[in-house]
Order: sequence, then structure tokens, then C-alpha cells
Amino acid sequence: MAEAAVASRPPGRSTGSRRPLWWLAYAALIVFTAFYVAPFVWMIVTSFKTNAATTAATPTWIPQPFVTEGYSEIANPALDQPVLKWFLNSVISAVGHTLTVLVTASMAAYALARMEFTGKRLMFGLIIATLFIPPIIFLIPNYLIVDTFGWIDTLMAVIVPTAATAFGVFFMRQFFVSLPIELEEAALLDGANHWAIFTRIVLPLSKPALATLAVLSFLNNWNDFLWPLFVLVSGPNLTLPPGLSQLQSSYGTDYAVIMAGGVLASIPVLIIFTVAQRYVIEGVARSGLKG
Amino acid sequence: MATQETTRVTASGLARSRARAATRGGPQKQGTFTPYLFMLPYMILFGIFVAAPTISAFWISLHNWDYLLPGKPFTGLDNYIDLFSGSGSAGLFWKSMWATAQFTIYSVPPLVIFPLLVAVVLHQKFPGRNFFRAVYFAPYVLGVAVVGILWRYLLDPTVGVINYYLGLIGLPSDIPWTNGLPWAWIGLVGMTVWWTAGFNAVIYLAGLQGIPRDLYEAARVDGASRWQQFRHVTLPGLRPVTLFVVTVTILASANVFGQPYLVTGQSGAPGNATRTAIMYITGEGLGRFRMGSASAMSILLASILAIIGAFNFRLLGRRND
Repeated sequence: MAEAAVASRPPGRSTGSRRPLWWLAYAALIVFTAFYVAPFVWMIVTSFKTNAATTAATPTWIPQPFVTEGYSEIANPALDQPVLKWFLNSVISAVGHTLTVLVTASMAAYALARMEFTGKRLMFGLIIATLFIPPIIFLIPNYLIVDTFGWIDTLMAVIVPTAATAFGVFFMRQFFVSLPIELEEAALLDGANHWAIFTRIVLPLSKPALATLAVLSFLNNWNDFLWPLFVLVSGPNLTLPPGLSQLQSSYGTDYAVIMAGGVLASIPVLIIFTVAQRYVIEGVARSGLKG
Repeated sequence: MATQETTRVTASGLARSRARAATRGGPQKQGTFTPYLFMLPYMILFGIFVAAPTISAFWISLHNWDYLLPGKPFTGLDNYIDLFSGSGSAGLFWKSMWATAQFTIYSVPPLVIFPLLVAVVLHQKFPGRNFFRAVYFAPYVLGVAVVGILWRYLLDPTVGVINYYLGLIGLPSDIPWTNGLPWAWIGLVGMTVWWTAGFNAVIYLAGLQGIPRDLYEAARVDGASRWQQFRHVTLPGLRPVTLFVVTVTILASANVFGQPYLVTGQSGAPGNATRTAIMYITGEGLGRFRMGSASAMSILLASILAIIGAFNFRLLGRRND
């Protein structure tokens, strides 16, 4: 057992406080963490099994035989469930959504942070107030609005409406307010207009905040399930989350195929999380401190 | 604002400011419309997809608004009265509200306590701390659809690995996680804890980092044990963060949709017992297209959540002085 091996190692190599109890706790943490990771590992393992092996009476953690049938099934372009098309739709949706949020939220946040104008307090108050409205209220009216625009069953329906979230404006405004104002004032005195100051001074200084907002927006949109489930209707137009639901209902017990779809949907977000972990976790932590 | 800004400007900037003010009439030379142009793109989105829907949700709820029929007659408060008089589908709606309440009651305590333990452990200094933090947070970035299809398989009563391993250690290996009570609730709560505990843990961690170290030193000088330090320094220090976690978790749990939709099915097996309010409202409004009554249900649910949220802030905020 790993537990015993770790516990028997000589304690206190670096500090005297590392007693056997400490090693035991550390080993327990490792074991518990292994359990925590197991479901995800199981998804990957299953995706490389034959469909028959996924429902075997004795489950195995090493696919035997090791096959990629699940993946070739979902990559089949002639399929009723065009998973690769869903992947493409999800990429377009998440990128389009993220860009919309970044542009609209940062512009509004700049005005709210750095300019004085009639109605500013009212607008900011309204925007913040909507953070506290349970989103179920918007669901049916927004369905009708999107329908009026002719956006049902198009990617516009999943790119645009959710970009109206107040979070981006609130988040960027907090960051802009924290920036030292001197550079902007000096530029203003040198005759630069607000647009130039915004694009050449403020935005370059705001890269960490923009990166955080971009990553959070991308993840939100990539993972959004309920809204696309209802506004995207026909097979080729789905994004991955409603697509996975459809994969589940049409493939039933072909778990290799279903899990291959799950792995495919997880790869981009796990890559982003690995690369931009700091931004994701800081964004979440900061949103908590606001409360 | 103008005077405030001038006072904060650097010395050289100030000198230039005075020089320019003499020739141009002050540093505030933004056009009258400039702020509104900056606000415009977002406000268009906000107006169409947030402000207008908030108002029209109430408007729709006052009508017999069937998407598929040409006429949408005004019916006043009938949709609300129907919910309380028990007519039509009201019984099914309240059953879904009860399912939501149960999920919230079962899921909030573990989602508040377990992440706190994770955060306290990860707050210690030990090798690989950032790695562990990433592992516990990682499920949260997966999204409910991936988590749902994965746990539907793990919890499967016949081919799921959870029942297989329970059988191996001598426990029943035929537990109906996806279609029996109370097992379905345990499965749904368990997968939700796995999925979102890391989110709450990160918020707690930020809170722990905000507790001044001298408080612990002082407690140690006074001879406080580790538990006493946790009880009298850590917990009080985390009160505002806990308030946030509790409130956000209640709201998230009350909005549960994807987990039961994908694991116990659209009808919420067994026999609609795990069909939650959001599942019922979406079915009513976007499945059967009875949008008037669905809007009334949405507003009712949202009002209850708003009251719970406000109550929460009072309850936990009061002890903050």
C-alpha cells in the first residue's frame, strides 16, 4: 500500500514538525484525491473500450482490448449525431460569446469607472440589481425574443443573449477603478480622446482582468446546458452539452461512444484550465470576496 | 469628480494641467455623448435580454400565453390563482417544488462543510499544494452535461462501477441510484458535491488567506489548541465568506436541472420524485409551450429564492457585528 510506504518514510527531513502523523495525513490526502480523480479516469478508460466491455460484469481499469471505436463512431461524418459538428459549433459559440462579452463589458465598465454622465448611477444600479434576479425569470421571455429575431436553432441564440450578463461589467469596472488614473489623465491632457486612452492605455494595462473574464466567459458558454437544450433544435445545429444529452439517449448503453463524446467535450476546457488555472481560480476567488 | 481627479494627478501632470486649463478650459474635454457611446453596445444587450425579459415575464404571466395558439387572452392573476387552488397541473408543479426543496436541503450542508475541510487542508503548506487545489477544482470546469453522462454511467444500477465496488466490499450491489428513493437523492447530491465542491473550496481559500496571521499567533500565545484556533479564529474570520458560500449554494441547488435531467431522466425517476422545479417549468413553458403558467411558476420560484437570499444575509450578517 502507498499509505504504508509513505508513512514509514523517515519523518522530518526538512522540518522537525513532520511527524508520522503528518505523513499519515498526507497519505490519506493522496488516497482521497485518487478517489476524487477516479470518475474522470473512468470516463477516459471507458472511451477506449469496446461497447461490450463497458457493460462487462467485472469492470477493468485497463481497456482490453484497447480500441478507439468510440472515437471513430463519433467522428463518422455520416452519423445522425454529428459530434464533430457540435464541437465546431461549441468553438464558434464560445469564441463569439467571449468576444461579445469582452468588448461590450469593458467599454461599459470604462464609462462607469472613469466618466461622469447623467443617468450613470441609475444604469449602474440597474445592472447590479440584475445580478440578484434568478435567471429562470429570463428563460421564457428570452425564448420569445430570440424567436422574434429568427434565432431559434441558430448559434446566434447561444452567442448573444447570455452576453448580457452583468457580471462582466461589474468585474471589469472593479478592475478599472483600481488602476492608477495618472496615465490616463496625462494622456487626456496630451489631447488623446477617450477611445484612444481606452484602447491604448487602459486595455493593455487590463490584460489579467481581460484574461480572467475571457476564460470564465468561455467556460460558461462551453458548458451551458439548459439554454442551448431548448433554443437549439436540429441535429447539426447543437452545441456539445445538448449534443451529449442526445448522444446519451440515442446510444443507450454504448458507453464507449458516450464517454468518447464526454472526453471530447472535456479536452478544451481542461487544456484552458491547465494553461490559465491562475485566471480561473483567481476569478472565482475574487467573485467570492465581492460577496 | 473633476476636482478629485486633479488632486490625484502627479506634480508634472498638474503643472501641465494648469497650463492647458488656461488655453483649453480644463482637462474634462470628453464629448457629451462619449459616455453613452461607450455604454451603448452593452446597454443594447442589457435592454433586450435582461431588462425587457424581467418586465415581460410578469406581463406573460398575466395571460393565457400559449405559444402555439394565435390568441393570448389576458387572464389577470388566474395563472397564480391556479397554482394555489390546486387546479390543472398545480399538483405536479408543487411536487417539483418539493423535489427542489429536498435537493437543496440535502445538498447544501455537504456543499458548505466538505469544501471548508478541503480548503482548510489545502491552506496548509505541503508539497504539491497547488496540484491538489487544481485537482479538486477541475471537475467544476467540466460542465453539467459531461458530469451528467459520466455519473449516469457510474451510478447505473446494473453496469455501474459504484454498485460493483459496493458488492466487492460486501454491501448490496443492486442499489437503484437512478430510479429509487432515497438512493436517487444520494446519487444526485454526491455527484453535485464532486462537481462543485472545488468552486466553494476556492472561495473559502481566498477567505482563509484574508485572516490575519497575528490572530493565530495571539491564540497560540494564549495556549489555544488547534481545534480552538479553528473554532475561535478561523470560523469567525470566515463568516462573510461562509455567508456568500451558503447563499450561492442555496441558489445553485434550487436551480438544479442538468444532474436529474441526465441521471434520473426528464421525468425525474422514480415517478417524478426527482423532477425539479426548473425541469417542470422548462417542460411547461418550452415543452408544452404553456408560457403564461410557466412564467407565473418562474416568478413564484424566483420570489421564494429572493426571500431566502435576503433572509440569509440578515441571519448571517447580524452576527457580524
